[in-house]
Amino acid sequence: MKRQSSTRLFLFAGLLLAFALVLFVSPFANSNPDGLNRVALDEGFADTETDHSLGDSPLADYEVSGLNNEGISKGLSGVIGILATFALGLALFAFVRRRNESDPTQVREERP
Amino acid sequence: MHIPDGFIDAGTSAGAAVIAAGGVAVAVKKTSKYMDDRRVPLAGLTAAFVFAVQMLNFPVAAGTSGHLLGGVLAAILVGPWAGALCVAVVLVVQAFFADGGITALGLNILDMGFVTALGGYAIFAGLRRVLPNERSSVIVASGIAAGASVVLAALAFFLQFAIGGTVDIPLGSVFAAMVGVHALIGVGEGVITAATVGLVLSVRPDLVYGARDLTTPLELKPRLGAAGGVS
Repeated sequence: MKRQSSTRLFLFAGLLLAFALVLFVSPFANSNPDGLNRVALDEGFADTETDHSLGDSPLADYEVSGLNNEGISKGLSGVIGILATFALGLALFAFVRRRNESDPTQVREERP
Repeated sequence: MHIPDGFIDAGTSAGAAVIAAGGVAVAVKKTSKYMDDRRVPLAGLTAAFVFAVQMLNFPVAAGTSGHLLGGVLAAILVGPWAGALCVAVVLVVQAFFADGGITALGLNILDMGFVTALGGYAIFAGLRRVLPNERSSVIVASGIAAGASVVLAALAFFLQFAIGGTVDIPLGSVFAAMVGVHALIGVGEGVITAATVGLVLSVRPDLVYGARDLTTPLELKPRLGAAGGVS
């Protein structure tokens, strides 16, 4: 029982840390091109990049459209991204778990 | 290191998407062998944490930044195949942030998901075999494996570029540039991975897949003074 509550606390603390990182650290992240983009620029294939089909998404480039403050916009986009990733991850791994046939905690439908 | 649309031709991208989809199917099967109620939220948290830290670009050289890929971190926390799935989830979400191309999704899942998580975890496991069997070895091995995994991912991109690059430029120069800059980014990857693994090991070592041999499950631990207890 104690371990169960401690795991919940761990999850809560982990998510809190992730939120803190995107809200308070990401506005200060380095905005230079990353390794691959740098190589693309230097070696001359950067201009082969084509427009992103979701380039007009309200979250494109880690900005929440309609928010003018750059730092807040980026931080909020990060919070949305964390929640979306957590939700999609939970859904995927819950699906994976249902396929775990050896799990004794698995509640199975009784077959007649 | 997110590959945008256009860098790699459509045929190669489609081929990579098929291989990535097959990889995801295998990963689901492998992960289903040990995924239980307790690990589901932890795997979700791992993916969410990787998303967050990927936003924190750090400077590596003049005018160049890098960020965590997170494949090795995820692999050590939840297992190599589950780790690859975590990165795949992150990449799918990032598509809505226009980070990493849509047609390039398969390429990116292969490079940043499978190559780092599986390749990096193999290095981690190899290092653990030669290092002393203790907690500090897990931290050291995680850092080195994470650093190497970034170079592996750069090599994977180079291979894709050599097969399906959309411009004809000298490959040797691209190879040297990719490996060089990603070796530098690997240092940051190693530091962040080792620090995070160390943090989790200090609070809940039983939650670290890559260190599961160092902890015994609670249920099997004899309680002090309980031996031959009251009946």
